[in-house]
Amino acid sequence: MQTDIKMNIVEKDEIATLHVGGYLDAHTASKFESKIQELIQSEKYNIILNFANLEYISSAGLGVIMGNIEDIRNHDGDIKLTEMSDKIYRVFDLVGFPSLYEIYKTQEETESSFGSKS
Amino acid sequence: MSAMDKVSNKDFVLKISTQSTNLKIIRDFITDIARKAGFDESASFDIALAVDEACTNVIKHAYRGGDDKEITVKVRYDSDKIIISISDTGKGFKSELEDEAAVKKRLNSLQRGGLGIFLMKKTMDEVVFDKDSDLMNSVKMTKYLH
Repeated sequence: MQTDIKMNIVEKDEIATLHVGGYLDAHTASKFESKIQELIQSEKYNIILNFANLEYISSAGLGVIMGNIEDIRNHDGDIKLTEMSDKIYRVFDLVGFPSLYEIYKTQEETESSFGSKS
Repeated sequence: MSAMDKVSNKDFVLKISTQSTNLKIIRDFITDIARKAGFDESASFDIALAVDEACTNVIKHAYRGGDDKEITVKVRYDSDKIIISISDTGKGFKSELEDEAAVKKRLNSLQRGGLGIFLMKKTMDEVVFDKDSDLMNSVKMTKYLH
């Protein structure tokens, strides 16, 4: 049975996209945290989280994003979210993420939003 | 290690060890029953999320105690609601030795706990923590069909 998380990083210009698929819960959150930390340590502060293949997220996953956002924004970067299904969006919506984070429908829109910042 | 006993048509019990890898099994167990009880896909997802959050709290406690215990998830539904009780009633036993750094890392990801209770209350109609019980973690959650 599949209980895990699948992640890969795609870098394009100054933007790093972390594609997260599978299940993001208390079991897999530490792997997700490691990937975010890896980006921060290599000074990649413009981060897109692409959730196109994410099946599930709990507060453990939300906590990782919340725990790292300050550091990233202090470096003039941001974490932006995209391509999530309706059920995943609902979890973000329940905890008020849409007023704190930029959430876009497509990867392309999200990339453009970073471009318009500078 | 899990055992699912069907007590009657509408009563179900899952006893499972306090390993975070079991959260997916617990969610699948709950989702199946919620669908049987008549909840749609979205409501069933919500119920499974609430149960995941409650079980994560139990697992967090088990790690703090250094023990590997058992979570008991009891589910009952009737024509208008589903009631889920979660507790760590199992006898504690020492888990196999784990790398200290790995334990610390896992605890860190589990400790941002306030959001979990918030989500439980958002997704369920009633959430009651059993404070009188001598159990360390016991919670009962109800969701109505309409």
